[in-house]
Amino acid sequence: MADMKTPLAKVRGLGSAKDGTHHWLSHRVTAIANIPLVVFFIVSFVGNAGKGHAEWVAWLKQPIVSVLMILFVANMVYHMRLGLQVLIEDYVHDHGTKFASMIALTFVSVLIAALSIFSILRIAFGG
Amino acid sequence: MAQADRPLSPHLQVYRWGAHMAVSIMHRATGSALAVGAVLLTWWLVALATGHEYFATVQGYAGTWIGRLVLFGITFALMQHLASGVRHLLMDMGRLYDLKVNALSARMTFIFSILATIAVWYAAYKVMGVL
Repeated sequence: MADMKTPLAKVRGLGSAKDGTHHWLSHRVTAIANIPLVVFFIVSFVGNAGKGHAEWVAWLKQPIVSVLMILFVANMVYHMRLGLQVLIEDYVHDHGTKFASMIALTFVSVLIAALSIFSILRIAFGG
Repeated sequence: MAQADRPLSPHLQVYRWGAHMAVSIMHRATGSALAVGAVLLTWWLVALATGHEYFATVQGYAGTWIGRLVLFGITFALMQHLASGVRHLLMDMGRLYDLKVNALSARMTFIFSILATIAVWYAAYKVMGVL
């Protein structure tokens, strides 16, 4: 029987997707952005150590703090997503498990970013 | 018998363990630990947005000795990942490839992370008025 597959269909999934450089560069850019954001995060959490609910809410309500925390969560989760992808690629060899792990990683990453950012916005805009 | 005398292909166990290898695997290990930290931060933010009662519950978990141990570990992971990450960026720029400088920089990441972790916790306890 004649092979009706196109040449593209035959090689799909067998080689480089040619987006490795973008992954590498995005990992570095988010790493650089993480440096000041982590310093902000550490200084803030040390400075507010032991505070109660009302004081933490008042802290997070400040516009600059809300924006910096959203940037920190978004950048950090993106960086985490890229890093854990490399771990899966290196250590998970079974194709099916690898595929499932990648999907799960993406879903969890988006979920924790959404939950965190929604919580920050809820406090920022809340009464 | 003859096969035993053949040179081994390079593999993990034939190398003498060095700081540069430790810092490399620690970068991955701490990165994975920080993923747990990201989930905990999300839980904490959700608790903060939920209300003071649930927030107090979560703060209560964080205040137990096991909670503090986990947070201490995540602080160390963050500092170590930060230091080895900066070292990675310098190596991406072509620096630190001299063997002695490379090994020294690897050791320095551990010195930094240990000192920074202690400093952060000391400062936090100072702010809380415990120390």
